[in-house]
Amino acid sequence: MATETNGAEEGGLVFHPMDQFEVQPFFGDGAVAWYTITNSTFWMALAVLATFVILVLGSSKRSIIPTRMQSVAELAYGFVYKMVEDICGKEGLKYFPYIMTLFMFIVCANFLGLIPTAFTPTSHFAVTVVMAMAVFLTVTILGFVKNGTAFLGLFWVASAPLALRPILAIIELISYFVRPVSHSIRLAGNVMAGHAVIKVFAGFAAITIISPVSVVAITAMYGLEVLVSFIQAYVFTILTCVYLKDALHPGH
Amino acid sequence: MATETQSDGLADAIGVDLAEHASTPGMPQLDFSTWGNQIFWLILALIATYFILSRVALPRIGAVLAERQGTITNDIAAAEDLKAKAVEAEAAYDKALVDARAEAQNIVAQAKADIQADLDVAISKADAEIAVKAAESEKAISDIRASAVENVKVVAKDTAKEIIAAMGGKADAKTVTAAVTARMKG
Amino acid sequence: MEGELAHIGAGLAAIGSGAAAIGVGNVAGNFLSGALRNPSAAAGQTATLFIGIAFAEALGIFAFLVALLLMFAV
Repeated sequence: MATETNGAEEGGLVFHPMDQFEVQPFFGDGAVAWYTITNSTFWMALAVLATFVILVLGSSKRSIIPTRMQSVAELAYGFVYKMVEDICGKEGLKYFPYIMTLFMFIVCANFLGLIPTAFTPTSHFAVTVVMAMAVFLTVTILGFVKNGTAFLGLFWVASAPLALRPILAIIELISYFVRPVSHSIRLAGNVMAGHAVIKVFAGFAAITIISPVSVVAITAMYGLEVLVSFIQAYVFTILTCVYLKDALHPGH
Repeated sequence: MATETQSDGLADAIGVDLAEHASTPGMPQLDFSTWGNQIFWLILALIATYFILSRVALPRIGAVLAERQGTITNDIAAAEDLKAKAVEAEAAYDKALVDARAEAQNIVAQAKADIQADLDVAISKADAEIAVKAAESEKAISDIRASAVENVKVVAKDTAKEIIAAMGGKADAKTVTAAVTARMKG
Repeated sequence: MEGELAHIGAGLAAIGSGAAAIGVGNVAGNFLSGALRNPSAAAGQTATLFIGIAFAEALGIFAFLVALLLMFAV
């Protein structure tokens, strides 16, 4: 996975699978300070813009018989709305805008990242960790605010035999604190791995005999990546809903 | 990833590479110097998205969906109304048809009864006339017959007297009359 | 030498990804066999399917994390 350079003089195989993830200043060169506009910033802004175009411009006509863009907006709305309602119940609908925000941002960033030479903000742990930690903290605080100490019942599995409960409590506690880790690394890892694999196949294209196979492999991987982009956004959202359900109804 | 041609130069290559990226680890994701930047812009992007969604997009789409649901419900209700009206109209039409048919039958029956009555009157009148005429005729016939019988009697008496006189006998008028009357009866 | 051992360790940790793949395949395969027996109930359970896949995959992610740590943090 490391950035490997073999030099052009030795068969021309050059692998830079991780270079595409480098965060660089968008204007000019130099160090990346916290306020610098980087390529990551640019593609995040495009994701916000895409969300705006799909959901706001798409629905601007408010027509009863929807246009194509409005259908897309309504489809996205209905998809997330139904997910929240099915998993969290009616009380969860209060948090629907938060979940919709996460879903739209991830899905737009993922799909925009599939454009060749694009940068994918969601392939960075910095981005996904912040989102996962936000979900984790929200759920934990919300759980204690809504249920008080009854929220700790989440770790005390009442349906298990009494002797097993302390052990289960430890396991539940560990799995609870591991949630943001798996939640964030799943998204970034999937997106990063897919993009890196495509880059590796692209590196093989330098060999003339292999290049057709390489092109076919890139095409296939790209198709898979389109699927993964959506599914990972879906999984991130649905796990957010599941965690939120724990905060709203801590009983097992 | 590595091919056989690479194996020799690999260590060097990595060494060179690491030297090039001395400031950053191999994975850009683990370069913590850029985390602050990304987190800052991410939070900004998420807040922007949140406000776009919660202030504009979601209420609007929700309203459109609710409105469409309302329109569909109304349309279905209107369709139900129209269907009920159509059924009503059909029932009314059927009723009118039945009424009309009944009336027509009534009129036909009435007309038939009237005609029958007229006919009966006419027949009875004709019968009466015929009866009168028949009686008259009968009377005329009986008169004729009576006068004929009288005439026969007279002729027979006269003839009988004449025959008797011609035969030389003396005709007693009373005897002849009695004889003729007796014969006429027989 | 230590760095090379860490690379070998990272490669070994990557086996965990394969184990997670088996787990995910189990979840998906059992879902499919259940869905083919009772297709009408399948549509309502896709969310459960994805949650199950996510949980199975979470443990593979730890293997991936260990590999990353060995590669870049040790």
